[in-house]
Amino acid sequence: MNKVIQVEGLTKMFGDFTAVDAITFDVKKGEIFGFLGANGAGKTTAIKMLIGISNPTSGNATVAGFDVLTNPNDIKKNIGYMSQRFALYDDLTVKENITFFGGIYGLSRKRIKEKSEALIKELGLEKVASQLVGSLPLGWKQKLSFSVALIHDPKIVFLDEPTGGVDPITRRQFWEMIYKAANQGTTVFVTTHYMDEAEYCDRVSIMVNGKIEAMDTPKKLKEQFQADSMNDVFLKLARG
Amino acid sequence: MKHIYNELIIKRDSCFRGNVMKTILYIIIKEFKQIFRNKGMLPIIFVLPLLQLVILSNAATFEVKNIKFAYIDNDKSSTSRALIEKFNASTYFDLLTDFPSEAIASSAMLKGEIDVVLEIPRYFERNLQKEKHGTLGVTINAIDGAAAGVENVYITQIIQNYNKNIRTDLAQISDAQIQPITIETIPLFWYNETLNYKTFMVPGIFVLLVTMITLFLSGMNIVREKEIGTLEQINVTPIKKSQFIIGKLFPFWVIGMGLLTVGLLLARLIFNVPMVGSLALMYFYTSIYILVVLGIGLFISNFTDTQQQAMFIAWFFMVIFILMSGLFTPIESMPKWAQIITEFNPIKYYVEVMRMVMLKGSGFMDILPQLIKTLVYAIVMNVLAVWSYKKTN
Repeated sequence: MNKVIQVEGLTKMFGDFTAVDAITFDVKKGEIFGFLGANGAGKTTAIKMLIGISNPTSGNATVAGFDVLTNPNDIKKNIGYMSQRFALYDDLTVKENITFFGGIYGLSRKRIKEKSEALIKELGLEKVASQLVGSLPLGWKQKLSFSVALIHDPKIVFLDEPTGGVDPITRRQFWEMIYKAANQGTTVFVTTHYMDEAEYCDRVSIMVNGKIEAMDTPKKLKEQFQADSMNDVFLKLARG
Repeated sequence: MKHIYNELIIKRDSCFRGNVMKTILYIIIKEFKQIFRNKGMLPIIFVLPLLQLVILSNAATFEVKNIKFAYIDNDKSSTSRALIEKFNASTYFDLLTDFPSEAIASSAMLKGEIDVVLEIPRYFERNLQKEKHGTLGVTINAIDGAAAGVENVYITQIIQNYNKNIRTDLAQISDAQIQPITIETIPLFWYNETLNYKTFMVPGIFVLLVTMITLFLSGMNIVREKEIGTLEQINVTPIKKSQFIIGKLFPFWVIGMGLLTVGLLLARLIFNVPMVGSLALMYFYTSIYILVVLGIGLFISNFTDTQQQAMFIAWFFMVIFILMSGLFTPIESMPKWAQIITEFNPIKYYVEVMRMVMLKGSGFMDILPQLIKTLVYAIVMNVLAVWSYKKTN
């Protein structure tokens, strides 16, 4: 039993509107878990509860062994997060962003130096390491965000639509990075709109109007819905 | 599984504790980089306030000068001409105009062309010689009551100096008659012997300068990170609220102290304002005062979603604080309820302390009441700022 995320009946209401409606699922260690759903299905709201920046209305969830309600700060030490919106500092350079977030996570100076050199090399950003992040193309920014989310070697990394607006080649590279992280034992919790990406996941859940309507491996889901691709599965579910 | 995690966390925790200062340092470095990289903000921080100091200190004066003076001489005698000559010689009065009748003078006052009309009646000279007293009519535009009062005093003084036997009849303001002066007072002006207005204004103006810049910068700071989305990224890190707030405050505290230094230098070099008291005391008080302002700024920042909202709220407080600070109007003459409100105005204390220390040379014990109130204020505001900053919604 290597469940790093356990969710039971997690609900978030904004007034009368139920954004997340009693979702229940778990994620195993080292898994790439695809969290799919249409726009407004409640994915981001669910993620925000799991990473401890939004309190659930009801239900339970533990992430990395800690309760989201009582121990959000312990969760934060063990997770990385990359939001839908680019959230590094445009007015700092690549190196400065890495150093800053490394510092915030309490890495030693030596470790930050090693990490930032390794990251910059891996991302092929040597030439622009001293440039302001604001001047980089979106694809590079996204890869940098992902690397920064991994800077403190978290157990779980949450990626909220990491490949939105990114070209197919960069998307491909991005997924290679995700695989690499998963191979090193990091659990990846990823949301996406691209159904071809859903095929890369170990397991996916599909959320419709705040509820999880289906959850299994892509292969089994396709069998269950008698569909050729995840795209068809998604369309069948989302149309109801 | 849970067990292993907990153990790991304990190990990490001790490591985090040692890093408290370091974490704050990383935030401070980042803030400074961002401030000095922002080419649009730097001049706003340093140049605008100094321009403000130079312009306001020279312009914001309560001295009544350049009074537009007119007269109606119905007597046309040597006495009346000599009296008018006295006004002409005074540096307070300008633009002497001769009006043939009161009606024309009234219409000129309606148009705002003149402030004061002196009406010399017929037989003024004859009455003065024969009956040993004369009467003059003075009309003053009293829309600005304070200025009118000052003008009345100037006019009476000139007339009294000319001849103690003349009585002025002040039309329209009141019919109180000024009695011939029998008791002479010799005023002694302490601490600002020459009644130099700048000496009084400069310390107050750079109170504004320090306050405005630090309030606006801190007020906009966290909101800006909310707007660009980086605050969310910070909120998913294990950073403590107090670390974050201290890291955020410190750079602006340094800027505030820098502004004080520049302001003091200018006061000395350009305005020649005397620096009677201890510089160390001024810096000590300011260092606490700035914490109050930064606390207010961050508090505003936490309750707003956009920089625009934060700016409006900061302005709202700023205007009230300035107008009720005793900088432009004395607090003693405000109604009781307003005086109670001023107790919550940090600028009031700073203006008092600055004037006391700079001009009177007041010491630590003299400013202790203001110091204690400011300190309490600083603690309350910063506790509120940390409390109201929510990492979790």
